[in-house]
Amino acid sequence: MSITTQERSKKKASLQSSNGSGWSRRAVLKAGAAASAVTMLTSRKSLLARSLPPIPTQPSDCTPQPTNSPATTPFVSALPIPPIAIPTILNPIPTLQADTSNGEAARANHQDWFQFFPFVQYNISVQPTMHQFDPAIPPTYCWGYNGIYPGPTFLNVYGVPVVVRFRNNLPVNQIGFGTNTHTTHLHNGHTASESDGFAGDYWSPTFFKDHHYPNVYAGFNEFPPIGDPLEAQHTYWYHDHRHSFTATNNYRGLNGMYLMYDDVDTGFEFPGQGPQALRLPGPYGVYDIPLNFADKLFCADGQMYATTPDTVPGATDKFIVNGVIQPYLNVQTRKYRFRFLNSGPARIWTFNVSDNNGHSVPMTVVTTDGNLLPSPVEVIQTSSDPTLTGLTVHVSQRYDVIIDFTNAAPGTSWYLTNVAAQFVGNAPEPEPAPGVNIGNVVMAFNITGPPPWPDQSQVPAVLTTLPNISTPLANLFGTRVWNFNDFIAGGEGDPANPTAKVFNVNGLTFDPNRADASIQQGSAETWLIRNCFPGTGWTHPIHIHLEEGRVLDRRNITVNPTTGVITINSQRVPPLEQGRRDVYPILPNDEVLIFLQFRDWFGKYMMHCHNLGHEDNLMLTRWDVTTGPSSNVTSPVYSDGTPNTGNGQVNAGAEPNITPALTALAPTFNLNPPGTSKLNRPSLKGSKKGVRA
Amino acid sequence: MNRRDFLSCHVGDKSRPAASLGPGYYTNGVFRTHENKTVRFYDDLIKGKISIINFMFASCDKYCPRSITCLAKLQDLLGDHLGRDMFMYSFTLKPDQDTPAKLAAYAKGVGARPGWLFLTGSEYDLASIRFKLFRLDDPLMDFSVDIHASMLRIINDNNSQWTSWVLPDPPKLIREVISWVEPTKPFAIRVRENAELQAVIDRESAISAPKWAKFKRAHGWAEIMAKRENPVGIKKLETLLAVRPQGNAGFGLRRIGSVLPRFE
Repeated sequence: MSITTQERSKKKASLQSSNGSGWSRRAVLKAGAAASAVTMLTSRKSLLARSLPPIPTQPSDCTPQPTNSPATTPFVSALPIPPIAIPTILNPIPTLQADTSNGEAARANHQDWFQFFPFVQYNISVQPTMHQFDPAIPPTYCWGYNGIYPGPTFLNVYGVPVVVRFRNNLPVNQIGFGTNTHTTHLHNGHTASESDGFAGDYWSPTFFKDHHYPNVYAGFNEFPPIGDPLEAQHTYWYHDHRHSFTATNNYRGLNGMYLMYDDVDTGFEFPGQGPQALRLPGPYGVYDIPLNFADKLFCADGQMYATTPDTVPGATDKFIVNGVIQPYLNVQTRKYRFRFLNSGPARIWTFNVSDNNGHSVPMTVVTTDGNLLPSPVEVIQTSSDPTLTGLTVHVSQRYDVIIDFTNAAPGTSWYLTNVAAQFVGNAPEPEPAPGVNIGNVVMAFNITGPPPWPDQSQVPAVLTTLPNISTPLANLFGTRVWNFNDFIAGGEGDPANPTAKVFNVNGLTFDPNRADASIQQGSAETWLIRNCFPGTGWTHPIHIHLEEGRVLDRRNITVNPTTGVITINSQRVPPLEQGRRDVYPILPNDEVLIFLQFRDWFGKYMMHCHNLGHEDNLMLTRWDVTTGPSSNVTSPVYSDGTPNTGNGQVNAGAEPNITPALTALAPTFNLNPPGTSKLNRPSLKGSKKGVRA
Repeated sequence: MNRRDFLSCHVGDKSRPAASLGPGYYTNGVFRTHENKTVRFYDDLIKGKISIINFMFASCDKYCPRSITCLAKLQDLLGDHLGRDMFMYSFTLKPDQDTPAKLAAYAKGVGARPGWLFLTGSEYDLASIRFKLFRLDDPLMDFSVDIHASMLRIINDNNSQWTSWVLPDPPKLIREVISWVEPTKPFAIRVRENAELQAVIDRESAISAPKWAKFKRAHGWAEIMAKRENPVGIKKLETLLAVRPQGNAGFGLRRIGSVLPRFE
């Protein structure tokens, strides 16, 4: 106990020295102009980070366990905008090698540390805090980055590398759900393996780890100095990725947003930025609003309720946006950019916007998972395309959406509604609710009046061009098949399926020390990702680390109940999946074919189901980028020597046939038979810098 | 039954202590051990202990043998913790078949040490604890008997920390998983462990890093670096900060366009 106290006082001392109000005040003064402009426009508290809140003691968990959260009145709290993370000078200085003598957690050396040397440094404290979700609910014990929920927003620019120090200030004597060991993943940051927040590389209280975020586009070897600008991704988020505790630690509040700008998506809307600038509504916090959606269940004493100390509830009843239950946002009659993020734990949202008459209003989607679409896609309830009648956001997906309030009547309110009937992680069912059902409203937009100056933002008809992938296709290793299974077939006593674990990938569950695939750096692959067949009703939003992929084909497997004949129906790739993605939701009995590249770094990465509960039940797989050659699953046997026959749920009728999709995409492409890695980089030889061959 | 009622059917009592979920959550059903003793679930099995719980049945010949072999190796790794502050409980999935005598023979067969109990009880009590311990908020799963054979639940009642794992898996890994629910070790010990882990990583890097460097050289990386017009690092930053004469003064983002390759 004495050690505990000592540690706590040490922690406090280190916090005060590195993050005390002294520098914060100076920083605020320095950024005075920006801060006052933002404050003026939003009439909110400063967007810049303040000094850290004090660390509260942990209240006891919920008693009694609730069936419903306390009643709250919607639209009484203004939507908070997470403050901007402010760079600092780190002490001790960040180093190439892990500074273990000063308390850095063990890690491999940073790759390309000097190539992308980070002059910009951030200090983030991962610590408990008390957070007010609603005036009607007593303050809630949460965990937050820098002691706030949601965590501070990073605003960074491509080409400016940064280093972020995550110091674990979680309580040593943790009780109840969540664990005090921690790791942070920048979702889907193009980062080296040791800064990727690998689920098994967590660190304990008082330790810190420096994550090196080079803020480069993918493919910087082929496209020096900072990669291929067509691989730009603009909306990221960062969250706890401690395996087996991701759901509980996220539910405690460990997530935030990380936005990237470049000369195309500048974050500002005024003219004169050059012809390449898109001039989408901005800046951050004024006309560019992050919306971090979460859902929770509260006890009467205001504490968050967890089903068990290991499981977060699926049947939640409070919609939370940026840490407030059903907030309102005062908007002017002009265009706004909203960055939708579903931070989990399991709910699938389907959004619609209704005006004051209950009519659906178009939402213009400009990015999918932070990647610009070739051209904007309109989502409206009356759309003829069934995939565009609502904006379905699976866990960890992001959409940047432009909503135009120009024609809204001042004094009225528009509503963001969730039309998905939720039952744990199942596929959303549309709920026939005419008009606006107040129970489904996630937040309200109160129309205040005209903007102080004319709306100079625009939504260009062409946003970007997608990278041409026919050249990398020549480096294709082959197709890997990944089966995401849950328990349906057999179980104990079923000889056909003797090795079923409840949630598994290809029959195997996560082992941080075992890589299930080895991929040669610089190669490209197509991955066929399947939900188990026959399915249980769970949707698995699959997230693949390192690089964004392209959906080549989406198929549905059906079986004729009388004849038993299995058919694979190729579906149209929906418009919102035609751009670059990093999360691929796979509905029951679906399979999706993805094109991926593995460039720039070596080391361990992951693929997993991003339903946080499934992830914690070890539906993860580790794959390594190596010097090659590429190989298939490296562990065909279990540790006890038993062969892994675990693809019990893989249906024999569903052999991968990817050729039609590939030939449609690249007519000259020749599929190498799996196992013959052909790694050459023709694009490098004889091509001019920065020009695609 | 509506869904919310269904999901909240486990509502516990109001008097549980702060750290432990207490008998109101865990239930206090009566079970019989393979030593033919009567035990109560919370009072005798959970309270104040670290419990490692799985499900099996004696006649199970497909899945359980490998799980049980794994647990048999695990009990050696637990050392003298087993029977003192850590206990392993294997509950039967088929109480109608598995009598205490049958379980005793099974325990002898797998070499169970004191502290590893095989338990049977009423169907109702067994179903209750399966639901309490492995609840996934999905009725298909929560009431299925089949799926529980591969689940391992680890509970520390003192600080109400739970975690879970699957069987079979390397026993060393499961021993590490159990350490997650143990109280956080003193700082000095964690510093030492961190240094040891760093030594392991360094040993691995000593092998992999030269391979990675060689690969990069072989694939033209050095060649690319030499050709760069804008060397990165300090010079890169200088480029970014330099004021462009034709630029829009005061707007830093614009300048990045100058160093980015543009193409049609």
